Amino acid sequence: MELVSQHVKGIMEECKLRARDHGLTFDDETLEYIVTNRDMIELSPKVMIPTLYDYWVHDVRVLSGKGMYEAYPSNPYETVINTRPAISFYNDNNPDWLNVMIFYHVLGHIDFFQNNFFYKNTWDIDLTGQALSDKRLIAQFRSEKGRWVDYIIEFSRGIDNLVGYQKELNQYIMKDTRQRLSKADFYFDIFLQRIKNISHHEYLKEITRYNGIRKTNEDFFVQVIGRYPEFEELYKKEISIKAKPDQDVMEYVLRFSPFLKEEENEWIKSVIQIIRNTSLYFQPQIRTKIMNEGWASYWHEYLFMRDDRICGHETDFAKVNAAVTSMPKVGLNPYALGLRLFQHIKNMEDKGCYSFDYMFLNDEAGRKKYDQSKNSGAQFVLKVRENFNDFTFINTFIDQEFIAEHDLFVAGKRFNNSRMTWEFYIKSKKAQDYKEMIIDTLYHPPEIFVDKASSKKGILYLNHKFENKPLKMDFIENTMVGIEYLWGGPVHLETSEPVVSGKTATDHANFWDPGSSKTKGKKPEPVKWKRMIYVMENRKLSKREL
Amino acid sequence: MITLDELLERDRRREEDGFKRKIRIGRIVKPGSGGKDKIIIVPTTVEEKFIHDDIHLNQEPGEGDPTGGTGEGEEGDIIGEQPVRPEEGENGEEGAGEGPGEGEGGEHELESNAYELGKVLSQDFQLPNLKDKGKKRTLARYVYDLTDKNKGVGQVLDKKATLKQIVETNITLGNIPDVSNIDMTKFIISPQDLIYRILSREKDYESQALVFFLRDYSGSMGGKVTQTVVSQHVMLYSWLLYQYEKQVETRFVLHDTEAKEVSDFYKYYSYKVAGGTKVFTAFKMVNEIVERENLARDYNIYVFHGTDGDDWDKEGKQTIAEIKKMLNYVSRVGVSVVEHSYVGSKQTEVEKYLKSSGILNKYGNLIKLDVMGEEADDSRIIQGIKRLIS
Repeated sequence: MELVSQHVKGIMEECKLRARDHGLTFDDETLEYIVTNRDMIELSPKVMIPTLYDYWVHDVRVLSGKGMYEAYPSNPYETVINTRPAISFYNDNNPDWLNVMIFYHVLGHIDFFQNNFFYKNTWDIDLTGQALSDKRLIAQFRSEKGRWVDYIIEFSRGIDNLVGYQKELNQYIMKDTRQRLSKADFYFDIFLQRIKNISHHEYLKEITRYNGIRKTNEDFFVQVIGRYPEFEELYKKEISIKAKPDQDVMEYVLRFSPFLKEEENEWIKSVIQIIRNTSLYFQPQIRTKIMNEGWASYWHEYLFMRDDRICGHETDFAKVNAAVTSMPKVGLNPYALGLRLFQHIKNMEDKGCYSFDYMFLNDEAGRKKYDQSKNSGAQFVLKVRENFNDFTFINTFIDQEFIAEHDLFVAGKRFNNSRMTWEFYIKSKKAQDYKEMIIDTLYHPPEIFVDKASSKKGILYLNHKFENKPLKMDFIENTMVGIEYLWGGPVHLETSEPVVSGKTATDHANFWDPGSSKTKGKKPEPVKWKRMIYVMENRKLSKREL
Repeated sequence: MITLDELLERDRRREEDGFKRKIRIGRIVKPGSGGKDKIIIVPTTVEEKFIHDDIHLNQEPGEGDPTGGTGEGEEGDIIGEQPVRPEEGENGEEGAGEGPGEGEGGEHELESNAYELGKVLSQDFQLPNLKDKGKKRTLARYVYDLTDKNKGVGQVLDKKATLKQIVETNITLGNIPDVSNIDMTKFIISPQDLIYRILSREKDYESQALVFFLRDYSGSMGGKVTQTVVSQHVMLYSWLLYQYEKQVETRFVLHDTEAKEVSDFYKYYSYKVAGGTKVFTAFKMVNEIVERENLARDYNIYVFHGTDGDDWDKEGKQTIAEIKKMLNYVSRVGVSVVEHSYVGSKQTEVEKYLKSSGILNKYGNLIKLDVMGEEADDSRIIQGIKRLIS
C-alpha cells in the first residue's frame, strides 16, 4: 500500500478544482493509495477500513474472497472510505485518462459523504484513528481473555443491526437546540407566536405582565392556564418530543444487564460499545447506496465530458462508462439507476415540472411540451444529495415519466411447466410497482425494541414490530443465544409468523424437482398471522403461541 | 492471517464452550475448458442476526421474485427464458421410480446433485468407530501444503532448488569451465530457473470404509415412507461422496421377501415392487457378501437399513440372529423405521422386536435405531442421521 505518484496526485488536484467549479464541496485534503487486488480482498471484509478490529469472521471472508478471486478475477477501479481526510484506494494500472474518470467518481463519493445529512453522525469522527484504538483495545482484551473476546464480538454483532440510528442522528441534528425548553420559553416563543398567533400588542402586554410578576411570588401561569386550558397539555407534548427517546437493544443491555454489572465483566461493555459505534458509523452508507453510486456516476460522466485533458479518449471512456452504468435487461444496477434518476430530476426541475401547474396538467402532450425554462436543476440536485436517502429518493422521484423515458419495467419470473423453464416477462410498467419493487430491495432491519413493562424478574423482553414480514427463522436461535449471554438471563422475543394451513411453507424449490411444489397451483389465500413468543433460557430455545 | 486449519480448530472449540459450530466448508467451481472444472475449497460462515425473511407470501405459485428490467415491450410480454435444469433426459430404467427424482434425470445428474447436497451437510457428521484397517483403499482427506515445485511462478521461492537449477543451466551453457573456480558473475539466469513452492493437495491416509445401504422395497413401502427413507439415505450417501471425495465404497441391497444387490444408487432409490416383506434376507445377504469377499479384514463396515417397520417375521427371530452375526464385524448398524401415519402411536414390528431383543442396549455402541413419521421434514431426517452415526 503506497500513496499515488506526484503525477497522479496532480491529476487528482486538477479534478478537484473542476469539480468545485460545478458546485461540489469537500475538504481540501484527500489521500489516495495504490493497493493490489489482494489487498482489496483483505480489506473488503473490514469494510475497507485497514485499522478495523480483528475478528475471525473477517478471516473467513478473506479466505473465501481469495478463492472467489482465483475463480473469477475482478479488477475493482476504486473504493472510497468515509474518513477525514477521505481515503481512496486504486489499483495501479490505470492510464491517465481513466484516472481522470475515476477521480471524478471518487470526488462524487466524497462530496456525498461530506454533504448528505444522513452522514452527520460521521462528520466529527476520525474513523481510521478511532478504529485503530478500538483494534488495540480488543487485541489487549484478547491477550487477557482469549477466545471469549470473539464470542462477545459475535454476540454483539448479532444485534448490531438493531441500533437506533435514526434516533442517534436526530440527536446530532438537535444538538444545538437540545437544552430543556422552559415553560416560559415555550409560552412566549412557540405558544403565543406560532400556535395562538396573537398580535404584537398583546404579546408585549404579556411580557410586561411576566416581568411584573417576577418580583412577587405569584405564579405567572395560573392566569395563562385560566385563559388557555390546553396550554399545560401542549407543553407536555412539546417536551416529550424533545426528551431523550428510548434506548435501543444494545444500549439497554449495556445499561441494565445484571451480567455486565459484575465487575469482572466490565470489559465486555467496552467491546459492545465498539461494535455499536462501528455499526452506527456504517448505517448511512447502507442506506444511501443507490444515491451514493448514482451521484458519483452522475458527476464522473458530467465532468469527464467537459474535461479537455482527455481529448482522444472519448471512445475508451464510452466503453468503460457503459460497462459501469448500463441498465441490465433483467436485474438491477444501483449505479445506473441512481445516475439516471439524478439526470431525470435535473431535467424535470430545469423545465419546472416539480410544480402544481405541471401536476394538474392532465393531457399527455401538454406534459411533454411543458417547459418553464427554470434551469434550476443543477442547484436542485445538489439539494437532493443533501437531504435525501435511498428510500426518500426512490419514493419521491420515481415517476411515470422516468419509467417511460428509460423503458423500465418490473420483470417477473415464473415457472413454465410444459417447457421446464423459468420465463421472464414484463410484469408491470407502472411507476408505483417499480417503486415498490426497488424499495423492497433496500436495507430495512426489523424494528425490535425492549418492552420494559414485560421485562421483569430478570427477563429481557424483546418486541418485534409487525411489518408484514416474518423474521428469518433459522437465525433466531443463535442470535438469542448471544443476547442471553450478554444479558445473563432469559430472553423473550415476541414476533409474528404466518399461519400455514397443512402444508409446510417451503418457498425454495424442491431439491429433486424445482417445479413440482409450485406448479400445482391454486390462488394462494391471503396470509394469516399469529403472534409468537420465543423463549431462550439456558441456551435452549422454545416457542409458543401468544 | 489465520489459516483454514486454525479456523476449524477454533470451530471445534466452540462445541467445548457450549456453542454451535459456525464454519462450513464451501466450494467455488471455476469453470475450465473441456468440462474440467476446478474446485476451490473455501470456508464460509453466516453471521446470524434478526433480519426479515425475504419470502414473498402473497406470491402466486410458480412465481419467482420480481426484479428490475429495461427494454421494449408491453406488460405481459415474455422477454426470455432459462431452463430449469441444465439437461433433460428420459430414463429407461425398469419400474417407475418412487423416490425423489421420480421420472427424470439420470445417474449423472444424481451424482452432481448429491455432491452439492453433501457439501451442505459436510460439517455436520463424522463416521463413528473408525478403525485403522490397512491401506488397501484410502479414505482420503486432503491437506494443503507447500510441497510441489513449480518453475517460473509460485508462492515461495525455493532457494536451494533454484540455485541448483541455475548451476545446471549454466553447465549446459558452458559457463562453468572449471568447477573449482566458479565465476558467478558470468551466470545467465533464466526466469524458468526460478523454482517456487506451490500449494498442493496431499492425501491424508485414513482407514477405508464400506457402506451398505439396505432398503425395503416391498408393496407396503408406498408413497411418503419410501421418499423419507430414500431422502435419508440420499443425504447419507451425498455426505459420504462429498466428505471422502468418492473414496468410500458403497454397496446397495434391496429386499422384499428376497434380497437383491443392485449396482448403483440410482437403481437403489428408484426400484419398486409389490411383494411381501422379510427383513432378515437383506441382513443375511450382507453377511454373506462380507464373508465371501473377506471384507471385514480391510474395511470399516457400516450398514444402514431403511424400512416401514413391517415384517412377516413378527418375532424377528431370523433378523435378530443375522444382526447379531453382523455385530461381530461392523462399525455401526443404523436402522431407520419410517412409520406410516395410519400406524398411529403403535410400535411397528421391527421396532418392537429390536427393542425386546435387548440388542439395542447391549450393543448400544454398534447399533442405533431411529424412528420417525413419514411426514418427517429435512431437519428431522438430518437429526435422524446424526442419531444413527453418533
